[in-house]
Amino acid sequence: MSSLIAWIIRAIPFGTIIMYGAMGETVTEKSGNLNLGVPGIMYLGGFAGFASAFFYENNVANPNAFVCILLTLVSGIIASMLGGLIFSFLTITLRANQNVTGLALTTFGMGVANFFGVFILNGSAYSAAPFANSVYIRKIPVLSNLGAVGQTVFGYGFLAYVAIVLAILLHIFLNKTRVGLNLRAVGENPATADAAGINVTMYKYLPTCIGAGVSGIGGLYYVLDYNSGIWATTGQIEALGWLALALVIFTTWRPLNAIWGAYLFGVLYWLYQFLPSLLGFTVASYVTDLIQMVPYLVTIVVLIVTSLRKKKENQPPANLGLAYFREER
Amino acid sequence: MESAISLKHVTKTFGPVVANKDVSLDIYKGEILSLLGENGSGKTTLLNMIAGIYYPDAGEVLVNGKPVEIRSPKDAFNLGIGMIHQHFKLVDVFTATENIALGLDSKEKFDLKAVRKKAQEICDKYHFEMDFNQKVYSMSVSQKQTLEIIKVLYRGVDILILDEPTAVLTPQETEKLFAVIRNMKADGKSVVIITHKLHEVLEISDRVSILRKGEYIGSVDTKDADESILTEMMVGKKVELNIDRPEPKDTIKRLEVKNLSVVSAEGVEVLHDVNFDAFGGEILGIAGVSGNGQKELLEAIAGLQPVVQGGSVKYYNSDDGKGDAMEVIGKNPRIIRRAGIHMSFVPEDRLGMGLVGSMGMTGNMMLKDYETGKWFLTDRKRPKNLAEQIKDELAVVTPSINTPVSRLSGGNVQKVLVGREIAAAPMVLMTAYAVRGLDINTSYTIYDLLNQQKKKGVAVIYVGEDLDVLLALSDRILVLCGGRVNGIVDARKTNKEEVGLLMTKLRKEGEKSE
Amino acid sequence: MSKPVKEPFLRIVKRDSASVPRKILVRLLAIVFALVLDALFIYFVTGLNPLSVYVVMFQGTFGTATRFSWAVRDLVTLLCIGIALAPAFKMKFWNIGAEGQVLMGALVTALIMVYMGRKVPSAVLFPLMIVSSVAVGAIWGLIPAYFKAKWKTNETLFTLMMNYIATSFVACAVNIMRGQASSLGKLNMGNKIGWFPKFLGQRYNINILVVVILTFAMFFYLKYTKHGYEITVVGESENTARYAGINVSKVIIRTMAISGAICGLCGLLIVCGRDQTISVNTAGGKGFTAIIVAWLAKFNTFTMALIAFLLIFLEKGAGEIASAYGLNDFASSIITGIILFCILGSEFFINFKMIFRTKAKKEGGNE
Repeated sequence: MSSLIAWIIRAIPFGTIIMYGAMGETVTEKSGNLNLGVPGIMYLGGFAGFASAFFYENNVANPNAFVCILLTLVSGIIASMLGGLIFSFLTITLRANQNVTGLALTTFGMGVANFFGVFILNGSAYSAAPFANSVYIRKIPVLSNLGAVGQTVFGYGFLAYVAIVLAILLHIFLNKTRVGLNLRAVGENPATADAAGINVTMYKYLPTCIGAGVSGIGGLYYVLDYNSGIWATTGQIEALGWLALALVIFTTWRPLNAIWGAYLFGVLYWLYQFLPSLLGFTVASYVTDLIQMVPYLVTIVVLIVTSLRKKKENQPPANLGLAYFREER
Repeated sequence: MESAISLKHVTKTFGPVVANKDVSLDIYKGEILSLLGENGSGKTTLLNMIAGIYYPDAGEVLVNGKPVEIRSPKDAFNLGIGMIHQHFKLVDVFTATENIALGLDSKEKFDLKAVRKKAQEICDKYHFEMDFNQKVYSMSVSQKQTLEIIKVLYRGVDILILDEPTAVLTPQETEKLFAVIRNMKADGKSVVIITHKLHEVLEISDRVSILRKGEYIGSVDTKDADESILTEMMVGKKVELNIDRPEPKDTIKRLEVKNLSVVSAEGVEVLHDVNFDAFGGEILGIAGVSGNGQKELLEAIAGLQPVVQGGSVKYYNSDDGKGDAMEVIGKNPRIIRRAGIHMSFVPEDRLGMGLVGSMGMTGNMMLKDYETGKWFLTDRKRPKNLAEQIKDELAVVTPSINTPVSRLSGGNVQKVLVGREIAAAPMVLMTAYAVRGLDINTSYTIYDLLNQQKKKGVAVIYVGEDLDVLLALSDRILVLCGGRVNGIVDARKTNKEEVGLLMTKLRKEGEKSE
Repeated sequence: MSKPVKEPFLRIVKRDSASVPRKILVRLLAIVFALVLDALFIYFVTGLNPLSVYVVMFQGTFGTATRFSWAVRDLVTLLCIGIALAPAFKMKFWNIGAEGQVLMGALVTALIMVYMGRKVPSAVLFPLMIVSSVAVGAIWGLIPAYFKAKWKTNETLFTLMMNYIATSFVACAVNIMRGQASSLGKLNMGNKIGWFPKFLGQRYNINILVVVILTFAMFFYLKYTKHGYEITVVGESENTARYAGINVSKVIIRTMAISGAICGLCGLLIVCGRDQTISVNTAGGKGFTAIIVAWLAKFNTFTMALIAFLLIFLEKGAGEIASAYGLNDFASSIITGIILFCILGSEFFINFKMIFRTKAKKEGGNE
């Protein structure tokens, strides 16, 4: 039982990281832009968030929790939105190939984060922002002490709950609002949207930049909460970024599915550690390496199944990955 | 008469192609105007500039007498202009209501129910039927068009543009559409119809404006016009369709099509039990409203379309029309070629199916026999010679035989394609809309080439849309209607009315023509 | 113009086709522009004179003969993957999975090297490693191709996922091979079995030789063979391919098998000729960079060599700056990223032209 609880406590924060990444990318993809730069964007968001926290708490005698959250969130979101802006300008205005631009953005984002990250590290293997971490992991008082339920349901930092709320809001936004309807139309058929008087350029720029901002929160959450407020030069965020892309496919572009999908991915990701102990046997560490592929395998299965079923509503936005030029003949 | 829209000296080019040249045109308030012209005469481009899709290179647009700049469809809507495009602008995975609500002004509250209610009122007024919860991908063509009309009416346009609205409609649906258009006119709206069908022009419009090769030719009131006047304006000089038609001789059976049925990917039966023979030394014309199975028929014969079990297409190789018939069905184009079946096919989609746009003439010459090269290599020399030969013989205008064919003009693209198909020395030659979008001269070049093939004893199958050409060029005409053979008539003895009727009105089972 | 309403300030129209000098000029300008941006970046971060920094950067590749040969060594790895991707991309098959295909090739090579190295003579071992790495790479490419051909399953996302499955396999194998040791170290360190022999002084010279041959071979394959012709037709239009009687599924599967096979071979070259070891970082992101190389070169293998050289030059140069000025290696990712953005963006000026307001109506929109 205790290892099941431990499993859930690990899985949900993990899911939260990629839920942000996936929700951002869903918004982006709904506008018809396939941004393979998610890992780079999550790096940017994570690093900017960490850097602002680091400087804030090292330069202020009595750091304030609210200011800390505001500062880190704003800088993390702005940094990742700038990443989205680069992507938007190149693919929407200059009509560069989206796949290639996305990959270049991943290289770039990773480079920027780690390059400046090394300055902060200043020779050591890692550096930390303990105050910001303490703010981000602050649990819900009282409720989180209510035994197993308290631990598994109420025992997380506030961003884990914001993610769920955001997923619901996103669902409402995409399906119940005028802007959401217009946005989906742009991703499905920009020529139609254009003919209906929708400003296609704006409807691609904004979702791509805002989507990048949301994805960036995933990186920020990873550094300041999940990774205990520690910045180190590792490739972990990159892998998480690709997993977020996988999650978008897994959810068939539906934010509500992202909630349980993300947690499922979290459960699958931590499968290697908790399943054996739950079942009462130990496995060699090389087997755990193999188990790590499970989320990706599951995504492939989903990809194949949706392509087999050919249900129109489960397909990617019809114009995903293509540039739009009105005067195309 | 007061002008709703005036175009003044409008020019639009696409790269080297001049789509509209110095066009000045008026659309009056409360009239039904037909914009008439051949394929490629620039009708759609011109009206796309009013609808905000294209922006003119030069010239100005006046709405209600005031100069305006229409930079986007939104600008057009704000000016009360709505256009129904030939390729519908609908989002497949959206419901009818969602499509109507798309892009509406954001000042009102977003309420799909209210949208639906208002749309229902429009439906009641104009007697439309529409299931507002139906997704577009499951709609028929005419349902989609109805939805498009509701969409523009919902926005309350004053000027409605319809681009080839009847191309895919049945006669009944066309009648219904015309009734709607007359209703709109009665409401004081201006309606512009882009078309190249003369009888429709005469039936529906108050006035006709004619474009030819991107230039404005003139306008006439419909009451003063008849088909010959309009034809003359449309094609220039008075056309006596002077197409040569040699008497077929030594005709022998080349192709025998039996019980051919095709079901589309969507599960609709697009060809039903088609039977006919094609003879060497004659041109068999195929007539029909577009989308009535012509494409599927030719593609099935060419081995590109799976057919329903039981269908058969036999190819007779021998010169007595008997003996060794070869089955074509069940083979792909390569196997057909390898079996020694000499069949050539000029498809409707020239650059999307017949040719590789990014390759030059040389590369395209190899398309059907690149595998004959030695070992694993392609043979470059033979296609190069063939390309040179076709360039000279058919006077293809191209900077070099290595210039990508997608950069050539439509007529030259077609010459490359037809040239290659004829160079393959076919016994059966199928062409789909071989002169669509071509100028008169190139069209005649194509007719001559087909007649030459006929004289050589080739069985030519000519799918066309222009009845006058079909009647003048073919020996026999097969009429398709709703995927069925609705009659095979002798082109020398029939007339336009008979063929027109066969195209639109399915005969009852058991009736026979011929 | 004295009109109450203005026409758009800037309009964009498609360019018919750019001349060759214009294409070259635009790209050169893009690189120059990127170098200026990079110089600004360097200046603001380090306060150093960008020009002297560029001189140092130049040293990264051309400073000594050894540095140059290392640069060439890394260049051929990148180029090799680019060559592998060329046929797939020419067919418009988005193979984002080179990383995984390389890893799988490297993995079987390493496994055979370690577990069969002493059991069979070199004359058997090398052919065995070659055949296996090529076969495994091909299979890794074939799986997504099969689903794409049969059910149009999205290959971009499929191949991307395959990378992580490969990573998992490699992590597992490395874990087993290293046993209790903290890291794997060089394979067969003692006896050097399965390592490429030294050729003109360096083991990796064999890599260079192989890749040079592949560069010519792939150029030839795409341009002069029936397969190459089929790839072009399928990439241009599947309908045209069907019309010509080309079996589209077969071409997709075959081409991806070839693409994967060369990636697998690249894995072998890395293990036998360069690293003599394996880790999850063996492909080191080059599988992604190579996509950009292949794309920018429009699948001409010789142009690919040029672009690969540019990227390696930047990477080495940035490394040199890093050690000279106490910065870090990640500067190369930033500099590379900026260059890539500029080159990608510059394509716009080849495919489109812009018409500004005043000019448009008076001059009819000439350049």
